[in-house]
Amino acid sequence: MSAMRDIITTHFGADAVPGAVLSPVTVSALHLPRERFEEAASVLKKAGARLAAHWAVDETLLGRAFAVYACYVVAGDYLLVRCAVPLDDPTFPSLTKKYIPAFRFERQIESLMGLVPTGHVHSDHRPWIKFEDWPADAWPLRKGFDGAQKLPRVPGEYPWARATGEGVYEIPVGPVHAGIIEPGHFRFQAMGEDIINLEERLGYVHKGIEKRFESLSWEDGARLAGRVSGDSTVAHALTYCRALEGLCGCQPPPRAHWLRALFLERERLANHLGDIAAIANDAAFAFLFYQFTRLKETILRTNRRLFGHRYLMDRIVAGGVSVDLPFDGAELIRTELDELLTEFERLITIYDLSPSLEDRLRTTGILKAELARDLGTVGFVARASGQALDCRIQAPFPPYDQIRPRLVVLDSCDVHARAWVRIEEVRDSCRLIREFLTRLPSGDIKSTLQQPTPDSCGFAVVEGWRGEIIYWLQSGPSGEINRCMIRDPSSVNWLGLEQAVLGNIVPDFPLCNKSFNQSYSGHDL
Amino acid sequence: MLRILHQIFRTGVVTEPLTDEVEAEVVMVGARLEEAIRRRFSRSLVIRQVDAGSCNGCELEIIAMNNPVYNCERFGIHFTASPRFADMLLVTGPVSHNMEIALKRTYDATPDPKLVVAVGDCGCNGGIFGESYASLGGVGSVIPVDACIPGCPPSPVDLLNGILALIDGQRV
Ligand code: SF4
Repeated sequence: MSAMRDIITTHFGADAVPGAVLSPVTVSALHLPRERFEEAASVLKKAGARLAAHWAVDETLLGRAFAVYACYVVAGDYLLVRCAVPLDDPTFPSLTKKYIPAFRFERQIESLMGLVPTGHVHSDHRPWIKFEDWPADAWPLRKGFDGAQKLPRVPGEYPWARATGEGVYEIPVGPVHAGIIEPGHFRFQAMGEDIINLEERLGYVHKGIEKRFESLSWEDGARLAGRVSGDSTVAHALTYCRALEGLCGCQPPPRAHWLRALFLERERLANHLGDIAAIANDAAFAFLFYQFTRLKETILRTNRRLFGHRYLMDRIVAGGVSVDLPFDGAELIRTELDELLTEFERLITIYDLSPSLEDRLRTTGILKAELARDLGTVGFVARASGQALDCRIQAPFPPYDQIRPRLVVLDSCDVHARAWVRIEEVRDSCRLIREFLTRLPSGDIKSTLQQPTPDSCGFAVVEGWRGEIIYWLQSGPSGEINRCMIRDPSSVNWLGLEQAVLGNIVPDFPLCNKSFNQSYSGHDL
Repeated sequence: MLRILHQIFRTGVVTEPLTDEVEAEVVMVGARLEEAIRRRFSRSLVIRQVDAGSCNGCELEIIAMNNPVYNCERFGIHFTASPRFADMLLVTGPVSHNMEIALKRTYDATPDPKLVVAVGDCGCNGGIFGESYASLGGVGSVIPVDACIPGCPPSPVDLLNGILALIDGQRV
């Protein structure tokens, strides 16, 4: 059983009630009285747990009030701690004193659900994702809020953090950026060329995704999950479907699991190749940019040819996958990978031997290991800063329980490390794909999904190419979607970028940003 | 350095040859596009891409238009950092409530005559995100649109095709 669950039940005794109403559960959930919610954070922090997600839910349709959840994890052991929040006192104890990333989660909860974090003197009550020109009482995740309404604009100012002093100046950037990338606003305070503060302001691409889920069928939910962040369509759809299958007690056939992992690794390959290209490009090495994007294109074309879509959108569905590997597919992929790896190794030799690249990438944008841990970063950002985190290894599903990925952890914490983790993972993904193909089980590719029972929950984590993705689903009184909580890796990793650029020169910001390459859409939802 | 030269020569020109099926499409599009652009934009069409709320899938394909296989620059298509230098806005996504003002400002900052192309199912009609408190639907609900390129996301070939259709439809 869960060690963390034992810690909490021992500490809280009868106050810790197992999540009886929320069954069948796919992860341990414990209900605590609201006044002891923060205490659980202290206890779990001492036990070395990371705060992975923190969200609120409106349970009025289920005959209850609000609830706030915190999701903790140690070594793949996930625990949900929940406290109920009454309608007439919509407040909850802040966890920010114990866990830094809690402040972002709490701003989001306050902005979108209208529950106010209390008990922390430095609580940041500025809206997050919600903009200052929204009506203050527009809380879209509440059940009483009509998601189809048009939002009026009201006057408002966003109070930025300020740095003052002789020679300190400010550079506002965005939301529309110079390149072909997503919108967001960055505000730098700089002195000479050195960045002394960076404040991010995100939310520009907020499309109301979590609210949208509540008006869709469970099947259509998989399509929407595949469009939370287009570059991670496989990983998001997969996490959603796994959470849903947990909720319904549905078992996809073995072959479906293996094909899902195949898609997941192909997505990792394509994105890592694109990122390595982009990092080289921002270090003014156009040759490598073109070479690596050419390799990425070969992956996309094979995807199209074998599975009908360059990015594999809608290939993962509730209960399995929607497309099988064609009979000549394995051979085609093997040939593709042989050619790709030969080219890749040649290019990496050039990359590795280039002093100009080394000069730009090494010691740039350092995110120290302790910070990476305290900010709760995940994925390659965490691994490049010494954190041994990979859900494929720590919370595996088939076939990762049989074919283990290599855990790539580096400790130089800089742009170089974030690039090199990807390089090693390209190699490893090629190995994994080869092994998947050799041992791919035969049989069906999809099971039928039973309709979810009312008032049930499902939870899943998947290591996408960017890192740990978390979905938590809850069904309503007639078995419909009552809540879909999404935690993209970007929600926590954006915090890392703010810290990594400090002390770097302004012209190195694009390079640092590329080395993180976080999703705006996945964050803004 | 020698390694780099070696790799360049070994790779050769990967921009699709006329014989390949998919390539033929690209080249044909490219040739017609070049003709049209020459007429209208003196062999240079400058595009400012604006993400008005996309899931970033459409951006992946617009970036891919610049890879050596599609190499849109050979047709005189360039992407610019500033709307002030742009002939065309290539707009993705359903327009989010939070991007509406920025999109209108970008449109106003683009000099006339200008073309607006809505990209992807979302850019055309809001796609799966529809219209809601946070999404205003297609690009056309916020700024005037000259052409729509559907797809989720439209491939680089679809994008080149769509741009061409628009240019050909214009009278010089
Ligand atoms: S059309 Fe598809 S790929 Fe493009 S933004 Fe919409 S959902 Fe994403």
